[in-house]
Amino acid sequence: MANIISDETIEYVGILAKLALSGEEKEQAKKDMGRMLDYIDKLNELDTTGVEPMSHVFPVQNVFREDVVTNGDESENILRNAPARKDDMFVVPKTFE
Amino acid sequence: MELLSLSAVQLGRLIKEGKATAVEAMQAVLEQIDKSEELYNCYVTIDRGKALKKAAEVQQKIESGELSGPLAGVPVAVKDNLCTEGMATTCASRILGNFIPTYSAEAVLKLEQAGAVVIGKTNMDEFAMGSTTETSAYGPTRNPHNPEHVPGGSSGGSAAAVAAGECFFALGSDTGGSIRQPASHCGVVGMKPTYGTVSRYGLVAYGSSLDQIGPLCKTVEDCAVVLETIAGPVFTGRKSDSPRCGAEGIRHAQEIPLSKEQETKPDASQCCAESSQRRAESSQCRAESSQRRAESSQCRAENSQCGTENRESERVSAVTDSTLICRADTDFTTALRKDVKGMRIGIPKAYIPETEKNQENGARGLSPEVRGAVLEAAGVLKANGAVVEEFDLWLVDYAIPAYYTIAAAEASSNLERFDGIKYGYRDENAQELHQMYKETRSRGFGEEVKRRIMLGSFVLSSGYYDAYYLKALRVKAMIKKAFDEAFEKYDCILGPAAPTTAPKLGESLADPIQMYLGDIYTISVNLAGLPAISVPCGTDGAGLPIGLQLIGDCFQEKKLLQIAYTYEQLRNEAAAAVHSA
Repeated sequence: MANIISDETIEYVGILAKLALSGEEKEQAKKDMGRMLDYIDKLNELDTTGVEPMSHVFPVQNVFREDVVTNGDESENILRNAPARKDDMFVVPKTFE
Repeated sequence: MELLSLSAVQLGRLIKEGKATAVEAMQAVLEQIDKSEELYNCYVTIDRGKALKKAAEVQQKIESGELSGPLAGVPVAVKDNLCTEGMATTCASRILGNFIPTYSAEAVLKLEQAGAVVIGKTNMDEFAMGSTTETSAYGPTRNPHNPEHVPGGSSGGSAAAVAAGECFFALGSDTGGSIRQPASHCGVVGMKPTYGTVSRYGLVAYGSSLDQIGPLCKTVEDCAVVLETIAGPVFTGRKSDSPRCGAEGIRHAQEIPLSKEQETKPDASQCCAESSQRRAESSQCRAESSQRRAESSQCRAENSQCGTENRESERVSAVTDSTLICRADTDFTTALRKDVKGMRIGIPKAYIPETEKNQENGARGLSPEVRGAVLEAAGVLKANGAVVEEFDLWLVDYAIPAYYTIAAAEASSNLERFDGIKYGYRDENAQELHQMYKETRSRGFGEEVKRRIMLGSFVLSSGYYDAYYLKALRVKAMIKKAFDEAFEKYDCILGPAAPTTAPKLGESLADPIQMYLGDIYTISVNLAGLPAISVPCGTDGAGLPIGLQLIGDCFQEKKLLQIAYTYEQLRNEAAAAVHSA
């Protein structure tokens, strides 16, 4: 296996991905990601010098609209999906001491 | 009259003629669900009461003449990553287990406006990540042709529901083959249109530059009718009526004369001659498109071509959708003609490697039975006037690594929104906000989803972005170019939809890379934004269905539908001849 994923890397990826990984999961993730990157390294066989990266096949553009309200008051329906609410607010665990 | 044996269009006609009702159709589907759903598990959510009530309402509107379209009264199943107002939309994930959208996806609304009645939400791989429907948090779906096998995925519930008669047609989404591969495994017709043909408004995003919504149906005709219904400009405002789109069909302007001519029964070979002429113009067109990008005001003026007549009203309208490519040639049913004379069909040699040895640079593990059935289908088209030849398609082997890099990158970004704050599952034990995010996501997401989020986070991270993500985007550009060159010579590319028939349950998940390799035939189509359709073309020795995949150039759905329709008719005729003999 050409790609060895270090403990630091997997720790960092966990932070970026906002995932809490157990020791066992970390080991598995290191193995999986290493294998996948080995496979992706196949792309290095291709000389892409001078090729522009293509994010979209078509020239997609944003569509703007006037900033006016067109829908009704959906707050009750939206809040009904909230894991925790208080009156018309979402409740979250404390963010700082 | 056995309603369940009818296609969606046949059922719609019967209802229109007053020989059946929307309620009878829904009851027939619900009875079938009672019989087979426990075994197949096609659905995550079924709302019987609402479905029957809706069917009764639609029936009234049909009788009063308010609804008269081909899908009025026809029961439809919707993949569970398309939002449905008031009906749970889980993406087959624990993290969205209790999520009830406050609005419906544009494609769903368009079907409802046409009188189709939603039965429920179909099972899928979690967040559409998988090829077997086994990564669902709500248990796997089983293949109606043999319940020991998977239905394919990720739209496996939709494909299985159509095959099992648990609906008359279904909506799916296709990011790397998620409509075409399960259609192939379940013996139904599945189509992924050109990127941007169907609005993604209300589709829970996976890989936004690759995702596209499309139909899974019993026949090619049904596919054309459903696609015609769900394609086109968006009326998201619902209170306004001026549609707007995110981009125009690049080569669309040249398409209009052809479609007019098709209606007046043209000589197909002439069509092809013209198409090569248009192809010569296409490079010019592409140059123009970059110019157009620069002049966005002009762009918007051109948008008026696709429906927005009054620019004043456009300015005050609240209608937006940047997920659409403007195109007016969505009258797909005009392409349902049995004629392939002069159609140029190319088969990439790498798609049909002969022996184990020369599979090194092509599709690994192509089953001889699949290869045989696909080449036999090509022979049928050839015998009926198509020009079929093999050619070298470049870069086939690079599509999978490029795809998984790009899809994982986009997934890691798109799935950031699931944080347990406003909707969905939340881990209640966490004492602090950041810990809550992490615990919620770790418990809420399944293994495959986490694997892709981590890979995506990595390839986008500082220091690796250029080497992995940008590299993949460069390869994507090269793949697109390889297809552009192929379509200078061919009207359509033909191959399998999957290298094998449906695997057994439990065989695929152990080795993710092996599972990804099964996507070899479908994935490059998404990278290049192309339309493609999978049509049943046979069965293997065990009776499992095999699908024929036809791939077209951007905006050439009509050619695909015409070839697929012709093949389907010829196959039905051949089967009828065998039956009567």
